Amino acid sequence: MEFLSYLISGISLGSVYAIIALGYTMVYGIAKMLNFAHGDVIMVGGYISICATSYLELPGWLSVLLAMAVCTVLGVVIEGLAYKPLRQATSLAVLITAIGVSYFLQNAALLIWGASPKGFTPIIPATNAQGEPNALPLFGGQVSISYISLLTMGACIIIMLALTFFTGQTKLGKAMRACSEDKGAAQLMGINVNRTISVTFAIGSALAAVAGVLLCSFTTSLMPTTGSMPGIKAFTAAVFGGIGSIPGAFLGGVLLGIIESLAKAYISTQLANAILFAVLIIVLLVKPSGLLGKYVPEKV
Amino acid sequence: MNKLTKKIKGLKKTTKVDFATYLGVILAFVLFSVLRDAGVLNRSITGMLVPICAYIVMAVSLNLTVGILGELSLGHAGFMSVGAFSGVIASQSLQAAIPSAPARLAIAILVGAVFAAIAGTIVGIPVLRLQGDYLAIVTLAFGEIIKELINCLLVGYDSNGLHMAFNLDGSLTINDIGMEPGGMAIIKGAQGATGTETIASFTAGFILIMITLVIVLNLVRSRAGRAIMALRDNRIAAESVGINVTKYKMMAFVTSAALAGAAGALYGLNYSNLAASKFSFDTSILVLVYVVLGGLGNMWGSIIAAAVLYFLPEALRQFADFRMLVYAIVLILVMLATNSEQLKTLAGRVLPKRKGAAHNG
Amino acid sequence: MAEKKFEKGKMVPVPSHSIIPERDLDKSPILECSHLGIDFGGLTAVNEFNITVGRTEIAGLIGPNGAGKTTVFNLLTKVYQPTRGTILLDGLDTHGKTPAQINRMGIARTFQNIRLFNNLSVEDNVKIGLHNQEKYSMFSGILRLPKYWRQEKAAHERALELLSIFDMQDLADHQAGSLPYGAQRRLEIVRALATNPSLLLLDEPAAGMNPSETAELMENIVKIRDTFQIAIMLIEHDMSLVMGICEGICVLNFGQIIAKGTAEEIQSNPTVIEAYLGKQQ
Repeated sequence: MEFLSYLISGISLGSVYAIIALGYTMVYGIAKMLNFAHGDVIMVGGYISICATSYLELPGWLSVLLAMAVCTVLGVVIEGLAYKPLRQATSLAVLITAIGVSYFLQNAALLIWGASPKGFTPIIPATNAQGEPNALPLFGGQVSISYISLLTMGACIIIMLALTFFTGQTKLGKAMRACSEDKGAAQLMGINVNRTISVTFAIGSALAAVAGVLLCSFTTSLMPTTGSMPGIKAFTAAVFGGIGSIPGAFLGGVLLGIIESLAKAYISTQLANAILFAVLIIVLLVKPSGLLGKYVPEKV
Repeated sequence: MNKLTKKIKGLKKTTKVDFATYLGVILAFVLFSVLRDAGVLNRSITGMLVPICAYIVMAVSLNLTVGILGELSLGHAGFMSVGAFSGVIASQSLQAAIPSAPARLAIAILVGAVFAAIAGTIVGIPVLRLQGDYLAIVTLAFGEIIKELINCLLVGYDSNGLHMAFNLDGSLTINDIGMEPGGMAIIKGAQGATGTETIASFTAGFILIMITLVIVLNLVRSRAGRAIMALRDNRIAAESVGINVTKYKMMAFVTSAALAGAAGALYGLNYSNLAASKFSFDTSILVLVYVVLGGLGNMWGSIIAAAVLYFLPEALRQFADFRMLVYAIVLILVMLATNSEQLKTLAGRVLPKRKGAAHNG
Repeated sequence: MAEKKFEKGKMVPVPSHSIIPERDLDKSPILECSHLGIDFGGLTAVNEFNITVGRTEIAGLIGPNGAGKTTVFNLLTKVYQPTRGTILLDGLDTHGKTPAQINRMGIARTFQNIRLFNNLSVEDNVKIGLHNQEKYSMFSGILRLPKYWRQEKAAHERALELLSIFDMQDLADHQAGSLPYGAQRRLEIVRALATNPSLLLLDEPAAGMNPSETAELMENIVKIRDTFQIAIMLIEHDMSLVMGICEGICVLNFGQIIAKGTAEEIQSNPTVIEAYLGKQQ
């Protein structure tokens, strides 16, 4: 039973990673860049949600929508100002620019909201007004799943299915896939590459905002540096599942959450991240393109 | 005299650049030594001299991996960390055996380099089988693993020698590793190295930079260096002319790790307290920024970028709380200015065209 | 043997006679391939590739686009490991070797899509070809021991000497990536020659060259064979080059050898004409 509860918390944490990874994998697929600023968009999403609930006294669900809107605009602006001029530049130049953006977001947050952790009210509180836990009891109450966990898992699955449908069936989604395959050819087929990339960043950032609110609902605190480690882990998850693959990002995220939760519970709290990364290394050595990725050898 | 100028003119361009690099480092060292002894430099600047030396070595060594070998490494701080803590352990436990601080520092740096080279070999074997961003993410993973492992390390020294323990579940403390009551604690888990005798000096930093430059520049201009650059430019073609891919990738990667270890030892022995969390992913990124801004494969560029950018937050002190924000904006603007196509074409119209002469690093 | 294959239902008779020129007849061949083949995920790209190349022969490998010519080169240099068959180089089996080991055994090649070390100088490109003939260690290089200076001087002189084959010694300091197309192709040949091969594989050496450049290239290929006394095998679409200098020609279609012989034999072979022009009504 103890194992089961660790598993559940692993899956719900993993679902947050999966939502970030889904955004990351879309952006990576099309822009082919390690977007280190992605994690910081998560953090911004969290702060916007805090501001919405505490200053504007909006309800939780509305604060999520507001965070999504702000992050979408932020993502598009970042892409347009910092990444778009570097379309032809080396991937390292874009990487360093992304690091610059990451520094900028962190330090801007530091100036606006301060360095000390801010308390975050989960969008579904742990207990209801009567003091009972907001959770679904299982096996006669031996194990329970909190509603926030259920919400996270549900959101994650819905987002994954929606993205799969979007990239597979819609015109814009197909344009995205075409751009990620070959930008030059896509342009020749009449696809507006710049607009497609902007839309991808918008989707990725909106997902980051959702993930930010959910992540903070679990950790219940928020700092300017909160986003960077989940950002890295989500990228790890995307690589783990096979970068560019939507089901891969989902699978990678959930597995990563489970590994982290179980490693913390049964092996060592201190080494949880080390174990996580060790698993990533082993997977990549066995399958160099991730669990569901396709390996494309260089043509001679 | 005339003969000498003729000889200098006859040298290859790369040789001239190398000599200018050595000369520049020597002049900078002399200048800062004189200024420091004259009391012109304030304390915060003199305190930065040794770390700047360490970061210059870090940048030059990372440039070997990123610029010369052409593989993106995001875990360079891990090797610095291995070097720092093995160097600190060596220096602290040899306190009685070798009273001379410079000699002990030299040994500690050597120990740091050797241990980092071992770590580089262990990391390199799996990592170098991967390519591109996959390789990058795995180096990042190794950097984080090294950080967390050192975070769990407990090391002490007494008359029986070294005592070590691995604090897996967080329950052990420095008192549980079986030391005699008078023993000296060297590394206390997450607290890191404490009570280290700070024996690092600016002169030692200067010598280490010079040694690093000799190793890296001479390696690049030799048969092995050409093989490494051949792998960077076109792996398949390099294989087709008989170059052993694994051997030369490992050579570059391990050399780079060893130099980072040496830099780490110098850095570690500059502070009496040093935690493993100092050598996180952020530090790897910081050094990568130096390398990219200095120019890939360009060693003097790395040196200048490391020195200037390490100093920049200090120079931006007048902006107070805004200084890291300004730093970030400067970084983005510099990247846009040097890499944007529109700006390049604009600059191409204004500035005279450069000849397409060869430069190999 | 040839008849037997014909009876087995194969459309094409494979001539069993060797295309080795007379001057190599008393020597063992440099290259012998038998039953060589490779499948890519169930698709057979090359099958039953049997060929023998003499010590100083210039052999041509031709065929329509997609016939598997470059795949044959990739098999010979072990960029791909063959699914079937054996490759003997100078009588030695090359099974399980890496591309780098193959080069050290004596096969050098150029690439259809030029693969130079673009950021390095022309001279360094050639020196990388000389890599395995220089013998000083990493430490001699770092410490610049006398061995380093001696061997680097020798490598410099040898590189200029090799570049002079194509009259490129004046370009030594230029960046390889900035050379014009034709010069890049020639540099690739020089780099391959620098590895001291006994068999040189040229993948479309005349691609993108004008007729006068092609004529010059033909002369140079013959000159290289004569001075270095090596075998050369080339893939080319320019028939004037192939028919002009190749002593033996092998025609490939859909991964199968459809004809082998001298230029005259190939030109009059109905199967070859059919493969290139389609069946006549």
